[in-house]
Amino acid sequence: MNKIDQMKNKYPSMVDEISPKNTVVINSLRAFWVGGLICTLGQFINNIFLRYGFTTIEAAGITSVSLIFLGSALTALNVYEVIGKYAGGGSAIPITGFANSMVSAAVEHKAEGYVFGLGAKIFTIAGPVIVYGIIASTALGIIYYFIH
Amino acid sequence: MGKHIGKQTVILDNPPSIIATSSTVGPKEASGPLGEYFDVTTEDELWGEDTWEKAESKFVKETIKDVIDKAKLKSEDIQYIFAGDLLNQLTGTTFGIRDFNIPYFGVFGACSTMAESMSLGAMTVDGGFADYVLATTSSHFCGAEKQFRFPMELGTQRPLTAQWTVTGSGAVIIAKEGGGPYITSITTGRIVDLGISDPMNMGAAMAPAAADTIVQHFKDTGRSPDYYDLIITGDLAEYGQKLLIELAKKEGYNIGEILTDCGIEIYDPDSQDTHAGGSGCGCSASVFAGYLYKEIKKGRWNRVLFVATGAMLSPGSSQQGETIPGIAHAVAIERGISKRK
Repeated sequence: MNKIDQMKNKYPSMVDEISPKNTVVINSLRAFWVGGLICTLGQFINNIFLRYGFTTIEAAGITSVSLIFLGSALTALNVYEVIGKYAGGGSAIPITGFANSMVSAAVEHKAEGYVFGLGAKIFTIAGPVIVYGIIASTALGIIYYFIH
Repeated sequence: MGKHIGKQTVILDNPPSIIATSSTVGPKEASGPLGEYFDVTTEDELWGEDTWEKAESKFVKETIKDVIDKAKLKSEDIQYIFAGDLLNQLTGTTFGIRDFNIPYFGVFGACSTMAESMSLGAMTVDGGFADYVLATTSSHFCGAEKQFRFPMELGTQRPLTAQWTVTGSGAVIIAKEGGGPYITSITTGRIVDLGISDPMNMGAAMAPAAADTIVQHFKDTGRSPDYYDLIITGDLAEYGQKLLIELAKKEGYNIGEILTDCGIEIYDPDSQDTHAGGSGCGCSASVFAGYLYKEIKKGRWNRVLFVATGAMLSPGSSQQGETIPGIAHAVAIERGISKRK
């Protein structure tokens, strides 16, 4: 074995030893309370619309739209990135994070025009979520069809 | 004319002089530990432009204008520009220099580009092909994030090993005659890839290349680390530097005491939230042009080995599972020399 190959074997463990690790416990706690707060807010909005006479399906739709609006507005105001830095998955996974992924890409690529910039690049990050979301829900739908 | 010695080194017999430098940086760099050294600082990242890319080109243009002024030259006096940046097809540089009408060699060595440009410029002058050559590079945090990572407003967490791309540009004029500091030797790096594939840990990907070039420089020249007052790498940052010290030690060279890194010097990680340190073509360029050059001139260091480091990846190569090839170019800079004629 030559010297480079020897180093190739040893080097990754050297890097692991020196590189700092993310603090999983703290990150999880932060994600938990921020993510929980966003979901509680969603439930709160949902309850309000139910109280004002909307049906369950209508209220769910309005709640999603409200949260998407909130996520988009906070992205435009450069606030969502600050929340995201603190909360990680806690703010990325709820629907507000989905809005953030689309609006941030749209804002960033507006410079390349409304068609090939904003229009095409808006799905750069959200695209996989949509693709695999649809595939997963279709698969689950088929399974549900057969077991019921 | 210079001569080639050892495997990768050139000794410049008529060492060209760096007669002027200029640096322009954004607000974050200006409020960092080296803030007072930079020649021009901007109030925001856009500097009156409407895109990050245009802003980067403005950094390039204004830095070149300033360095030519400082050297008391006109742009017609500059015979070549060696320059590059991180944006696709070197647009940051090309659009920045298009009004100057100076013959141009576009150079890409990722974040090692400043040392690469200076190497080529110095060899051109030493070889008698030019009297005045300009070497410059730039990078822009927002432009680099957009191209290599995520949109600016996306709420993500950066790992602790991540680095912060410097918004800035640095330029030097290398001349046949002048009072120094002089570029006396050059060790050109080769691609070294020890199998690191995490693009958020570029210091680790580049450290083996830095070690390779520095060790080769000592072997080729027969020098030991004592020859230098300072060895400064480009953007290994905190963890890359630790790895470099270890790797050099394995080869029998103890460089820890005289070693620092542009990416470590430029930010205060505690107050500026930059994690491991700075990176980007503009990191080594602005730190060299702003801080190192001025301190060498003052006499704080007489002999400096400037080793800019580059991670030669693209967003596509990482997504295809490729590891990150590293490179490092070393340029020896000495304050005073007796000219060999």
